Amino acid sequence: MALFARAPVAPLEYSRTLWMRLWVGAVMVFLYAPLVVLMIFSFNDSKRNVVWRGFTTKYYEKALGNDQLVEALINSLTIAALATLASLVLGTLAAVLLWRFRFPWKGAIDGTISLPIIVPEICLGVAFLMFFAAVGWPTDLVWPFNLGAITIAHITFCFPFVTMVVRSRLASFNREQEEAAKDLGASEAQVFRDVLIPHIKPALVAGALLSFTLSLDDFVITYFTSGPDTITFPVKVYSMVRFSVTPEVNAASTLLIILTVILTFIALKAQGVKAIAETH
Amino acid sequence: MAEQDWKTSKRTFAAVSLPTLLWVVVFFLVPMAIVWLYSFGENRGLTEIEFSGTLDNYKRATEWLYLGIFGKSFAVAALVTLICLIIGFPVAMAITFASEKWRPWLLLGIMLPFWTNLLIRTYALMMLLGTQGFANKGMGALWEGTSWIKTLVGLQPLPTWEPVQLLFNNFAVVFGLVYVHLPFMVLPLYAALDRLDRSLIEASLDLGAGHFRTIMRIVVPLAAPGIIAGVMITLIPALGAYLTPDLMGGTDSQMIANVIERQFKKANDWPFGAALSFLLIYAMFALIAIQSMHKKVPEVR
Repeated sequence: MALFARAPVAPLEYSRTLWMRLWVGAVMVFLYAPLVVLMIFSFNDSKRNVVWRGFTTKYYEKALGNDQLVEALINSLTIAALATLASLVLGTLAAVLLWRFRFPWKGAIDGTISLPIIVPEICLGVAFLMFFAAVGWPTDLVWPFNLGAITIAHITFCFPFVTMVVRSRLASFNREQEEAAKDLGASEAQVFRDVLIPHIKPALVAGALLSFTLSLDDFVITYFTSGPDTITFPVKVYSMVRFSVTPEVNAASTLLIILTVILTFIALKAQGVKAIAETH
Repeated sequence: MAEQDWKTSKRTFAAVSLPTLLWVVVFFLVPMAIVWLYSFGENRGLTEIEFSGTLDNYKRATEWLYLGIFGKSFAVAALVTLICLIIGFPVAMAITFASEKWRPWLLLGIMLPFWTNLLIRTYALMMLLGTQGFANKGMGALWEGTSWIKTLVGLQPLPTWEPVQLLFNNFAVVFGLVYVHLPFMVLPLYAALDRLDRSLIEASLDLGAGHFRTIMRIVVPLAAPGIIAGVMITLIPALGAYLTPDLMGGTDSQMIANVIERQFKKANDWPFGAALSFLLIYAMFALIAIQSMHKKVPEVR
């Protein structure tokens, strides 16, 4: 184990000094202990989340048997998938636009596109509430069209992140490749599909995962845009947490945490940790 | 090849620019404009709102009550950012100088909570901090232990342990916000430290400066842009935080986002809520302006 390595600690090996290890260890405990406790207690055979009374999976059955909760989860996943697809398209187009062209008002447009990242969630939520009220957005559509309002709101705050990620990847693109392709007779569309897209593919994967998690995670904006019949998972969990703290919430949360971990590992397989870290 | 002028291939330019621009205008700028218009309106009846161009909403926002809440939100956000910086900086240092084998795993360790649902993380923390939660139990056990040791030495035992109220107060809000925002701080710090030229640190150490002095005089100034970025990335969401103060705060730990929410749900005063929203947005702009001013300083010199 590196912990007891015999080689002397070099001056820059800060991470090998004892107090640094203790610090990092304490931070990791701080970050993970609540989540681990939550997951453990989802198997607790007791109505209250306090004392361990034996192992059970009945709260998973209860959570999965809770039609509203399952519906909310399906809604959330649908919205996240739709928002991710649209954000990928819009975000990539915006990135290509800003990378490739010189045009009037470029600075202003660049700023406006990244504005949804900066504007506080609560303000964006309020804006969408007012907007959908002002245009009289129908609230009685059938599934999945009733998710339209929420999906639109999610696309607005997700796609700038895709733009950001794709843009930083485009910066390393050698424009001569594009010219070479054109010299060899490729059309604009072919260059885009066969040269540009393969180059930015890692950024697309990262951007897709980022927008999927952002959309799945969002509570505030959804809270303002959701109608009475369109509940998403965070909104449902919020109302459950508000009224009572039950192991059912733990079970549902554990399922979502596992989903997050799986998504993260897919991202790792696709890209490696370092590349993902750099996109943040 | 430099950037292409848009006139040279208008069709491609249109295909690339129109979808995004349309989206941004219709689904971002128009909603924001509606909020802005409402902030100059008045309530007339239950659902009717007249756009009278009044400044009353802004005037009301400068009442002491709301100024106090704004001030408190700033104070809480600043405190949270400071704590995150103090906790996060050594972590970022450790990740930067970790061995090739460990670094990805440490990064993953920071990133996984970042990707986990905010509401779930808040809820997990609430479970831990409740009067019956582990934090209280742990402290209770420590208390009992001290009491027992005192009796062993022949002193009076401590009075019996009373569970501390860790939730639903200002402490809980700060604690919760630090918990939620810590990864936001560590990742940009790491990105900045990773770019640092290590020979400068080595030179400083060789020339006789201690580790602390090297960090303060060499590492911090060089990593300043990353530190500022980390501060902004933590400060901005902390300032507009809604969920943590709502779930973990008490009646006196309302932050500005909670007040805005109330105008739209319970109080049903949309124009005033719109005015508060725009004041929050202006505050963000002010913060970002300050940040970009900082960026320019080295260029001037």
